[in-house]
Amino acid sequence: MKVLVAVKRVIDYNVKIRVKADNSDVDLTNVKMAMNPFCEIAVEEAVRLKEKGVATEVVAVTVGPKAAQEQLRTALALGADRAIHIETDERVESLAVAKLLAKVVEEEQPGLVVLGKQAIDTDNNQTGQMLAALSGLPQGTFASEVVVDGDKVNVTREIDGGLQTITLSLPAIITADLRLNEPRYAKLPDIMKAKKKPLDVKTPGDYGVEVASKVSLLKVESPAERQGGVKVASVDELIDKLKNEAKVL
Amino acid sequence: MSILVLADLHEGQLGGATAHVVAAANAIGGDVHVLVAGEGVQAAADAAAKLDGVSKVRIADNAVYAHQLAEPMGALLVELSGDYTHVLASASTTGKNVLPRLAALKDVSQLSDVIAVESADTFKRPIYAGNAIATVKSDDALKVITVRTTGFDAVESNGNAAVESVSVVVENGQSSFVKQELAQSDRPELGGAKVVVSGGRGMGNGENFKLLDGIADKLGAAIGASRAAVDAGFVPNDMQVGQTGKIVAPELYIAVGISGAIQHLAGMKDSKVIVAINKDEEAPIFQVADYGLVGDLFEILPELESKL
Repeated sequence: MKVLVAVKRVIDYNVKIRVKADNSDVDLTNVKMAMNPFCEIAVEEAVRLKEKGVATEVVAVTVGPKAAQEQLRTALALGADRAIHIETDERVESLAVAKLLAKVVEEEQPGLVVLGKQAIDTDNNQTGQMLAALSGLPQGTFASEVVVDGDKVNVTREIDGGLQTITLSLPAIITADLRLNEPRYAKLPDIMKAKKKPLDVKTPGDYGVEVASKVSLLKVESPAERQGGVKVASVDELIDKLKNEAKVL
Repeated sequence: MSILVLADLHEGQLGGATAHVVAAANAIGGDVHVLVAGEGVQAAADAAAKLDGVSKVRIADNAVYAHQLAEPMGALLVELSGDYTHVLASASTTGKNVLPRLAALKDVSQLSDVIAVESADTFKRPIYAGNAIATVKSDDALKVITVRTTGFDAVESNGNAAVESVSVVVENGQSSFVKQELAQSDRPELGGAKVVVSGGRGMGNGENFKLLDGIADKLGAAIGASRAAVDAGFVPNDMQVGQTGKIVAPELYIAVGISGAIQHLAGMKDSKVIVAINKDEEAPIFQVADYGLVGDLFEILPELESKL
């Protein structure tokens, strides 16, 4: 079974973001970029499926600027066999990414597609579900456990208040939540080897997909800053303040 | 304008989130309908009919919609969406699971986690874990939106809308429900609680979380945790407050032994009053806390419990 895994290049999760002075967007100039953390978990899951003998080939795919090839090379170093880069410099919304991935799914015919549940830049949490709908496939979102069993896959999902287990027919779309696994670090020899692995470059036009969106970004602002309050000296003072000043008790 | 709100269900009953989503729908303005889809959900539909501003409840009561699996729910929404300009759901794990399928099948974008309505086509939503707020405008014919409940005060239940059955029944041969394990608790739901008491890595171990129980009992509070406490294995993930867990905005949030990592602040900084209890007076949590108490939580918590 072939496994397709989608990755996204985003701002590194440790970087404190800045809003541009003209409020047009977040400032990404000279900011450290990395693979989206949820995508790292997706890659790890795909690689583990291969190590278990469930997957025969792992194909990594990304949509983004030329620099996004760095993240594909990371995926290759972590154990993906080959990569597809759909190159575009435009702002690509979840729907357009899902349309492009649906074309890749049609072409590659994977048994399973694994994505991160959301990217930490736009926080949309949409692409996997949209891909599933466009491909006419079932979805197991926010997965914390994935067990392939013949022509089915059992997915345990992180839902509000607990866990839910569902069974999906294959092929299926999985989106990874935090507890699915702990991603490994790429070893230096694997990073060297990854440079020689095949990486195909395509454009949205090659797939006949229009990436323009009907959603426009009017403004980006910093959230209202919360002011720190006072230190209290004792439990009695705390209770007094909560009762008489904040009036929440 | 005509708006369809997908109701949240919690073990067959109407989930508290729906009253917040209806408030968002009322802010957009127009005719507001609520769709209650599931199996054995008449009581939930009756509760939805009382929500202020709702003019009609549509009930789809059929085994295929049990547990609100994404595939049949998406297909049902596609069937019904032709009558509407907006489809809204809460940004719960159900709303997030189902709504993007509708959007994709209607070839429109989705706006996730909306926290404010500027007009019928323009909304505010947090990006970068709430470290920036984007104002976005959608020119799609159908607006598909998930609503962050903390952005809208719940409507009250003084209404009396008609409840009408939906005859559409879709097929689902692709997915099936196996089991569900929900944390059993007499406490309020973390997302909707008026008071939340959360513990962090400073609690030391899972056993010590019991120190929060008495306080939570006295305050009628839900108990939460930081990601550090979850990662350390102290408590299960469904208690996590933060960017990667629940987003909460209670009247009172008490953070105990939580340092205040950005990812935790993203989940609670909209709380009305924040109390921090931490032995490290330099902890970043004090920068957002209205009231900070520096000291040993193992002494403070029993004292607080006895004096409340």
